[in-house]
Amino acid sequence: MATLKEIQTKIGAVKKTQKITKAMNMVAASKLRGAQEKMEAFRPYAKKFAEVLGSLAERIEVDEEHALPLIVPRTEVKTINLLLMTSDRGLCGSFNTNLIAQGMKFLKEKADQGIEARLICMGRKGRDFVRRRKHHIAGQHIGVVGARFSFNVAVKVGTELIDSFLSGETDEAYVIFSEFVSMPRQVPTLKRLLPIAGVEKGEEAQKAEEVGYIAEHICEPSAEKLMGEMLPKHVYVQIFGGLLETSTSEHAARMAAMDNATSNCDEMVTSLSLVYNKARQAAITAELMDIVGGAEALKG
Amino acid sequence: MAGNIMLEVVTPDRSVASEEAQIVVVPGEYGEFGVLIGHTSFLTTLKIGMLRYKDRDGSERVVFVNGGFAEALPNKVTVLAESAERRKDIDVERATAALKRAEERLAEASRREDIDFNRAQVALQRALVRVRIAETRRAR
Repeated sequence: MATLKEIQTKIGAVKKTQKITKAMNMVAASKLRGAQEKMEAFRPYAKKFAEVLGSLAERIEVDEEHALPLIVPRTEVKTINLLLMTSDRGLCGSFNTNLIAQGMKFLKEKADQGIEARLICMGRKGRDFVRRRKHHIAGQHIGVVGARFSFNVAVKVGTELIDSFLSGETDEAYVIFSEFVSMPRQVPTLKRLLPIAGVEKGEEAQKAEEVGYIAEHICEPSAEKLMGEMLPKHVYVQIFGGLLETSTSEHAARMAAMDNATSNCDEMVTSLSLVYNKARQAAITAELMDIVGGAEALKG
Repeated sequence: MAGNIMLEVVTPDRSVASEEAQIVVVPGEYGEFGVLIGHTSFLTTLKIGMLRYKDRDGSERVVFVNGGFAEALPNKVTVLAESAERRKDIDVERATAALKRAEERLAEASRREDIDFNRAQVALQRALVRVRIAETRRAR
């Protein structure tokens, strides 16, 4: 049995830990709010962008194969790029583990098909893991996820991916990010970035019903040229969206983890107090026995 | 005139403007164009420049647009820019500094290989338009 003093020290330590987890919880909560606002702010842009792109895609004809290499799938895929988004910091439950597990599963699948993968890591946790596993790291961006970042980051990363795709160095590009579904639910999601998969069409028909006319745009420059300008931006938009979602998820995951930790501390303090009280009572009883025993002996 | 047209300027970071306008003048890639209500559907890329519009009360507003796209529909203009600022939000000091830096870089570009001429030129353009817009603010 531990001594009273030891138990007291232990209780003190747990209480201090609880203070820290509580503070981290609150910090995560406020960062989460900021991240969520950014996500909200980005939504109109992403929506409009998809709309315009969709209506353009509707009108582009068969000739696209020559004009737009970004949407043409390669017949033989040898090398791919994988953009792995994780957080820079830990203490957020299984958040990074889930993302990395998804990444490793994906890499294994590709390796089984004889495809070589290069990794671009956004986030320290993912990079460290990948480095330990001795995978090929083609690029890394630390200090982005979970912090304040601008659209330029997405442009930079997107350009890397596009350049390596266009030069023929890689044949496909994927991203793994954490989708923010709801506060308690963040899902690691895999998405193909390049070649750009079927841009959603058919919004036109839907729009026509709503507004009563079909937006048959006059385009300047030509629809094909516009499309050529928009496709790289589409990749940037996807990456930026992924970053926003991952950041929001990170804060949400950390908040949940810290909330758990705080209530676990509570539990520990309760059970330790119980042990402490029992020990104290045992000490008192023992002392009483001594005194009573002594008195009896004197009487005798 | 049959009324006002809805104007929306959105960037990935925020919505810069979302209001009714009497007329919108957009800096298209192939030249500025004005949009009134009932404009034919039109889609174009933008150059770095100033977007001007008259709000509901008829006072003129200016927004800096850093390239992007604009879609005009009969009842609505949407501008998708990578970044955009209203005239009052422009940081003049930063723009002036950027202007100076871009000029210096351009001057050196012919001698040094590590300077990307195109990028410097774009930076110059951006700074120039920003400063110009900010100057119209002071004049008023």
